[in-house]
Amino acid sequence: MISNAFSYHTPETLEEALAMLEDGGGKILAGGMSLIPLMKLRLASPESVVDLRRIPGLKAITEEGGAVRIGAMATHHEIEISPVIRGKCPLLGEAASAIGDIQVRNMGTIGGSVAHADPAADYPAALVALEARIRLRSANGERTVEASEFFVDAFTTAMEAGEIVVAIEVKEEEASEGFKYEKVAHPASGFPVVGVAVRVKKSGAGIAMARIGVTGMGPHAFRARNAEALLEGGAGAAAAAAVVGEGEETNSDLYASGEYRRHLARVHAGRAIAAALTRAL
Amino acid sequence: MKQTLTLTINGKSYSDEVEPRLLLIHYLREVAGLTGPHIGCETSICGACTVMLDGMAVKSCTMFAVQAEGRSVLTIEGLAQNGKLDPLQEAFWNEHALQCGFCTPGMIMTARQLLADNPSPSEQEIRHGLEGNLCRCTGYQHIVNAVKAVAKAGGA
Repeated sequence: MISNAFSYHTPETLEEALAMLEDGGGKILAGGMSLIPLMKLRLASPESVVDLRRIPGLKAITEEGGAVRIGAMATHHEIEISPVIRGKCPLLGEAASAIGDIQVRNMGTIGGSVAHADPAADYPAALVALEARIRLRSANGERTVEASEFFVDAFTTAMEAGEIVVAIEVKEEEASEGFKYEKVAHPASGFPVVGVAVRVKKSGAGIAMARIGVTGMGPHAFRARNAEALLEGGAGAAAAAAVVGEGEETNSDLYASGEYRRHLARVHAGRAIAAALTRAL
Repeated sequence: MKQTLTLTINGKSYSDEVEPRLLLIHYLREVAGLTGPHIGCETSICGACTVMLDGMAVKSCTMFAVQAEGRSVLTIEGLAQNGKLDPLQEAFWNEHALQCGFCTPGMIMTARQLLADNPSPSEQEIRHGLEGNLCRCTGYQHIVNAVKAVAKAGGA
């Protein structure tokens, strides 16, 4: 046995799950790809683990009125192969395919990933570029938070105690848009040292809309609004990429310094913009 | 506190009293006595512990046994039927896709899902599909060849 002891629960409804979390000693288990490693290191030692896998409907990926709703328990693999995602928000599918390896994608969930808010997770770059909304449920009801406001700091989100991520909502990408998720994978862990997600919409020779999300560079994913504005204002990809990460805080470790990460973000933003433009109609 | 765990492994039903913190790999090896799935890194990197859970490859070192309640697990021991090796096992043998053999049980389980999802993968797709399994002997080339051979012969 590696982790501390805990009691294990599999509630059948969200209400039941919320009630189990009320005393504050419980942790939610979705796919376990972040929580279980933390528990094995005893960095997390919850008294109880509340596994959401038996709650019906939390896995569904559906499409309605120009928006795609992805249930929090949808796995990365379900997202990468979903025809709805491929057709309506392919950027998210591309980011999902880039996560870890197939065994991790079979277990890990989008809800678990966003709630954990690893500063080097792949999804957040795509979610901020897609202007996704995170839907949260608590005993007081439901609310939604914009992705760009959800990721507050490393492993810190806008969630309150007693809230559960129930879905991610994304507006459909227009069919004429180009998109690209580019990452520099850490050679050992596969996590992005830096990941950049780009969406662009052309208008004649110019760019009518640009969205750029960056993950891994700093303590949380962010939108490179300065670079987006340059692209929309007629600047070239190189000029826009050169300002990505300006004024943003950076993370630094033995593998990559903060300045190197900022450099990588710019190089890969340039490549992602170029690739997205070739896909745009 | 222990709780009852009931699941199916390789088509056979098992029921045991386990602590929730018992990892699936430890349950398989120490309780069920199936030592085919190996413990390599025990940190969800190396893939030696890979088994199939309801037809999907998972790393059993990063899963609690209780998460498999009511589900179906397939380990390397469940592949050969009546003494006849499964096509992937046969191909790993024919193509010299192993040297020490430590990674092989996990490698084969992941390759199984790879071929189920994509019956005629390109070399690049095979390498991408096996990213979660590390081999320190072969340099991977013969493993890729073995998966290709199974695909060419019509699947696992």
